[in-house]
Amino acid sequence: MKTFKIGGVHPAENKLSAGKAIVTLGLPKQAVFPLSQHIGAPATAIVKKGDVVKVGTKIAEAGGFVSAPIFSSVSGKVNKIDTVIDASSYRKPAIYIDVVGDEWEEGIDRSQDLVTTCDLTPEQIVAKIKDAGVVGMGGACFPCHVKLCPPPGAKAECVIINAVECEPYLTADHRLMLEKPEQILVGVSLLMKAAKVGKGYIGIENNKPDAIKLLTEKAKAYPHIEIVPLKVKYPQGGEKQLVDAVINRQVPAPPAIPVNVGAIVQNVGTAYAVYEAVMKNKPLFERVVTVTGHSLPNPSNFLTRMGTPMSQLIDAAGGMPEDTAKIIGGGPMMGKALMNAEVPICKGSSGVLLMNDKEASRAKEQPCIRCAKCVGACPMGLEPFLLATLSELKEWERLEKEGVMSCIECGSCQFTCPSHRYLLDYIRYGKTTVGGIIRARNAKK
Amino acid sequence: MNVILIAVISLGAIGLISAIVLYVCSKKFAVHEDARIAQVAAVLPQANCGGCGYPGCAGFAGACVKAADAGSLEGKLCPVGGASVMEKVAAILGMEAVVTEPKVAVVRCNGTCENRPRTNVYDGARTCAIANATATGETGCAFGCLGCGDCVAACGFDAIRMNPDMGLPEVDEEKCTACGGCVKACPRHIIELRPKGKKGRRMVVRCVNKDKGPIANKVCAVSCIGCGKCVKVCEFEAITLEANLAYIEPQKCRLCRKCEDACPKNAIQAMNFPPRKPKVEESSEPKA
Repeated sequence: MKTFKIGGVHPAENKLSAGKAIVTLGLPKQAVFPLSQHIGAPATAIVKKGDVVKVGTKIAEAGGFVSAPIFSSVSGKVNKIDTVIDASSYRKPAIYIDVVGDEWEEGIDRSQDLVTTCDLTPEQIVAKIKDAGVVGMGGACFPCHVKLCPPPGAKAECVIINAVECEPYLTADHRLMLEKPEQILVGVSLLMKAAKVGKGYIGIENNKPDAIKLLTEKAKAYPHIEIVPLKVKYPQGGEKQLVDAVINRQVPAPPAIPVNVGAIVQNVGTAYAVYEAVMKNKPLFERVVTVTGHSLPNPSNFLTRMGTPMSQLIDAAGGMPEDTAKIIGGGPMMGKALMNAEVPICKGSSGVLLMNDKEASRAKEQPCIRCAKCVGACPMGLEPFLLATLSELKEWERLEKEGVMSCIECGSCQFTCPSHRYLLDYIRYGKTTVGGIIRARNAKK
Repeated sequence: MNVILIAVISLGAIGLISAIVLYVCSKKFAVHEDARIAQVAAVLPQANCGGCGYPGCAGFAGACVKAADAGSLEGKLCPVGGASVMEKVAAILGMEAVVTEPKVAVVRCNGTCENRPRTNVYDGARTCAIANATATGETGCAFGCLGCGDCVAACGFDAIRMNPDMGLPEVDEEKCTACGGCVKACPRHIIELRPKGKKGRRMVVRCVNKDKGPIANKVCAVSCIGCGKCVKVCEFEAITLEANLAYIEPQKCRLCRKCEDACPKNAIQAMNFPPRKPKVEESSEPKA
């Protein structure tokens, strides 16, 4: 069975909510929409206090090409435009909307009927995706339309759908595949048409045999889409790892991106969002979120309107356990600890993980024993112990030479370190600093 | 016999040729270093702290000589040696010493453990740079001191230390040379170099929180809420209010202490003043 070649780790899967069907969550009392929900320029608000909005009304315009508009997920009145503590834990500008009723914007097809025929040209599909505010749903939130427009010199040959869900605990993509397989396949064909390619792959790890079976069955009607079962290994959901695993091509070091070797990688949730945007005229304002944790009474998968505070999801899953020590936005490997439970669900919120005292406690940092486990675990073939030390010593030039910019921040090194060293903390710091130096240098040229 | 002679002659010849080559090279490629650079470097403190902005004392000496040739020593200051060393440097270079006001590092955050309640726990690497990039820290304030001590690590003079009771760094004004190492190290730009002032006295807004009033008010007992009372009360237009934060310009401040009394949050602090007399008169002028 296929997988990526270098490094990788095997964290405990803990897919507690895999057997739970997606439940539609009730509306919040107030929805909060941070203007920066994606990579790139923040969106600019186009509503003001007192404006009446419906479900699907555009409330913020894209702030540039690498940006995405934001749509209201609720109907009601704009309460204020203020700041909110988002997943970064800092205050960012946001639109507050008080919910009144549930009135949808006309033109959105709310029926569950499957639409398979599409007469749009590739350019029209890309424009529709762009106008619907679709971004990568895996967590990085890279605007979807940007990936579909390859830079000059690069030519796409295939679309690879990331249905790996290699993060422990998370089951949102898994459930989506089981419940909306046909819609996903239509979404994939739309992405293929938009990118003008003739081949599509859906990579699924074999810890989801039911999803592999179902999609293989349904994909018989789509001869150009191939389901690729993959061996379970973290971080298979990383773009470069997935390209390596599925089509056996290696993406060179940055600034190269997957399309330089002919692949466009999109998340399975994105494929579903594309289906809804293009076929149902429904902009991106709701998503499936996994709420999970060992102490949580009822780990679940919720179809959630964006802007809902995480506390509402936690309450719906049985309430916050007393021994909760950390709330993580996303999965345990790449997710981020949040400041409080009032952080709103955004386009990239794939999960809410509650960790109890025992799970959350970090072991004491010990000296590096040069065991090189981190080197073996790094999926990018880097030397994490060296990068972390160089970052600690602020040796930026050397850090750049050692390839710090290739780091995908998957955390495999820190996971595997027997001395519990803060490897990723330091590497991420170094990567940010070196990235700034490189940008400043390029700006000078 | 013959062998020994050949060896002596050949070695002698090699030696002679080498000597000639070396002599020619030493004359032809001689590096003429300005003798004054070494002289200036000799009077510098040799701390090599970089506080002057040049790579070490030798670098600073070179820069001084260059500046002297250009006409003025203005802007050149060894913060460690201060005025006395700069006078010596000026004497060597035959220039007038430019008097520069001595400065000192000031920590513009008074969010002690008491003033600023803890809301979260940070368990990552104990470095301010990383803590700042990870989250807002252990309190609700996204601007204040993180308390991991990057400034302490950056100080080469043992002049800044963490006060464990307060959770804030404290500057030893006697030892501080105003090299600016801590200013650069602080990821939140809390530390500022301010003129020392007469007898070390100065008025400082000890807060850098730019949040709106209600939010700033909630997260810390001594935060600046941007109410502007100090701006109104100041007779010398020394206080500016920008992004919900007051700032006292040291050059304009006359140390009248009216702003200190006006501040409803005690965010403005008078440093190194003698204790005030018991409450008799409202705003007593400090005795010089």
